Amino acid sequence: MTRAPGTQPRRFAGRVTLAVIVLLLVAVPWLDLPTAGLLPDRLNAPGSLQLLGLCLVFGALAMTYDLLFGFTGLLSFGHALFFAAGAYTFAIAATVFHLSGPAALALTLGVALLLPLVIGAISLRTTGIAFAMVTLAFAQAGAVIVGQDPGHATGGELGLGLAYDHLPQFLVGVANTRYLYWICLALVVVVAGIIWWISGSVTGRVWQAIRDNERRVQVLGLRPYVFKLVAFVAASFLAALCGIAWLLLVGGANPGITTAEFTLSLLVMVVLGGAGTRWGALAGGVLYTFLDQRLAALAGSPAIQSLPTALRVPLSQPLFVLGIVFMLVILFRPGGIASLFGMHGSQPARRRWLAWLGRGAARR
Amino acid sequence: MSTIVLLALTGIGLAGLYFLVASGLTLIFGLMRVLNFAHGAFLLLGGYCAWLLGAQLMDAAGNVSNAGFLAMLIAALAAGAVIGTLTELVLIRPLYRREFAQVLVTVGLGLVVGALVMGIWGGDPRNFPAPPWTHGIVRILGANVPASRFLLIGVALLVLVALVAFLRHTRYGLIVRAGVENRTMVSALGIDVRRAFTLVFALGGALAGLSGALAGVYFGAVSPGLGSMLLIDAFIVVVIGGLGSITGSALAALAVGLLQQFANYYFTGIGDLAIVLLLAVVLLVRPRGMLGAST
Repeated sequence: MTRAPGTQPRRFAGRVTLAVIVLLLVAVPWLDLPTAGLLPDRLNAPGSLQLLGLCLVFGALAMTYDLLFGFTGLLSFGHALFFAAGAYTFAIAATVFHLSGPAALALTLGVALLLPLVIGAISLRTTGIAFAMVTLAFAQAGAVIVGQDPGHATGGELGLGLAYDHLPQFLVGVANTRYLYWICLALVVVVAGIIWWISGSVTGRVWQAIRDNERRVQVLGLRPYVFKLVAFVAASFLAALCGIAWLLLVGGANPGITTAEFTLSLLVMVVLGGAGTRWGALAGGVLYTFLDQRLAALAGSPAIQSLPTALRVPLSQPLFVLGIVFMLVILFRPGGIASLFGMHGSQPARRRWLAWLGRGAARR
Repeated sequence: MSTIVLLALTGIGLAGLYFLVASGLTLIFGLMRVLNFAHGAFLLLGGYCAWLLGAQLMDAAGNVSNAGFLAMLIAALAAGAVIGTLTELVLIRPLYRREFAQVLVTVGLGLVVGALVMGIWGGDPRNFPAPPWTHGIVRILGANVPASRFLLIGVALLVLVALVAFLRHTRYGLIVRAGVENRTMVSALGIDVRRAFTLVFALGGALAGLSGALAGVYFGAVSPGLGSMLLIDAFIVVVIGGLGSITGSALAALAVGLLQQFANYYFTGIGDLAIVLLLAVVLLVRPRGMLGAST
């Protein structure tokens, strides 16, 4: 890609801004600032750090879904499966098998690599709506298995609390929430780094080419199947990493993360932020999680409780507000949050995405 | 023997429910290439409308008369038809020719309606009033079959016959069938396909609403989770049957309902797993489903 003159200083400025933002985020646990009701407590209180950590995890997870959906054009309804696989494998390894932290991590990473390899190899034999449905079927199978609680390993409906006996002590206790927050921040940095690197590589270009015109890629002598499988495994592996971070942050796995609704919420995050733009998905994931959590808290506030019923009932349901915002974005701002800021370097990607949105997934 | 009869009839009853949800879904997809994620929301609204009316009509024991029950079913049907029509006119039409955006907007609508139902009526299941005979038991070949299963089978058969007759023998049915085959050609012949779009959405919504009320009878209660639960089952049925095919959906519903019941009985609790495996196998062998179009 040739760069126009003047982009070099702009890239440098962009990197400096990025470094400053990351440093500020790293410093958050030391900043004892008031948050004016935006967060549950003062900025560095455990409750606030947990919320910020949650936003970061789902921001990272949304980026992994964007890699699959926004970049490669693979509409999967089973992404929740791999997030859940990460969380549940680690939880079972630590709680049921009593493995130490590194051993549990190694086992989880193995599963996180093998599971998408097998499921991707099978699912990618289909395309379009059929692919969406096969991935949905696998994810539903996962949800059913978790719900059935085989050998009392998953805890069924109740979920599985993480046993901390064999895990490092800095992960335990409310006072140590900042370490969990830093883990989540590190996760975002790692996931973003990998996604930037891989989507800028030759492989990443081929993925975008597959999204735009798969047949043409085939005619050029490349095998789309292999590239799609790599995208599927990469996105799913990173999603499993997000699952581990989420598990540590929340302290237990629950069946809510295995549902098709959970995958749909990822789709909402990505489209809300702007598909195919990377930053957009991150922003969408953070914003969605923030609103989801804070609107629920806001619903209990006197300001909302004193409203007439016709306003109070819908406004006290976060998903109602998010759903309305999502529909408005689809109808009037299909580029999502990213299009509001005219994200640098994303213009062509965004235009292609909009074209794809218009063309429809069904006929692909 | 009596166990097999019971499982078979219960399975066919469940199949009837699946077919009612799936038929609207497959019609909408066939004509418009839109996988309607708001179908669960239509179903939910129909179910809750019937429940609201039933709560007014029922006596102290929670029973309603046959006439009252019919009124509840009609209310559910009407509620579904209204929300379906409004969805097409307000949300789908402005996104004309942008099928993927249309799918996404139905995802949003599904979220909104689900949250609204949750906010207004809460998350707990609400007991669904029905006539006393639906709680009764019919003895067939030594099996005690709940009477509500026959209600579902009957309504599903009625809908299947009516839908096939509508598609085969009316002008609008002809346009819908032609549109499923080749939409561009229908437009080129000077027919306004968009009116058929509104029609299938109204029809699909009405069928979803009706199935919401019947699901209330089948499960004995309505709850906010009902919509998404049946939506996933209906997706599985529609895809196995072949997107756009009514008869395919009917056959697939039968296969899925029976498989689920038998698997649940003989291998405790494995029914849900069995149907998703069936879906995966069918898609891998025949990506377009049993009776899907070959183009």
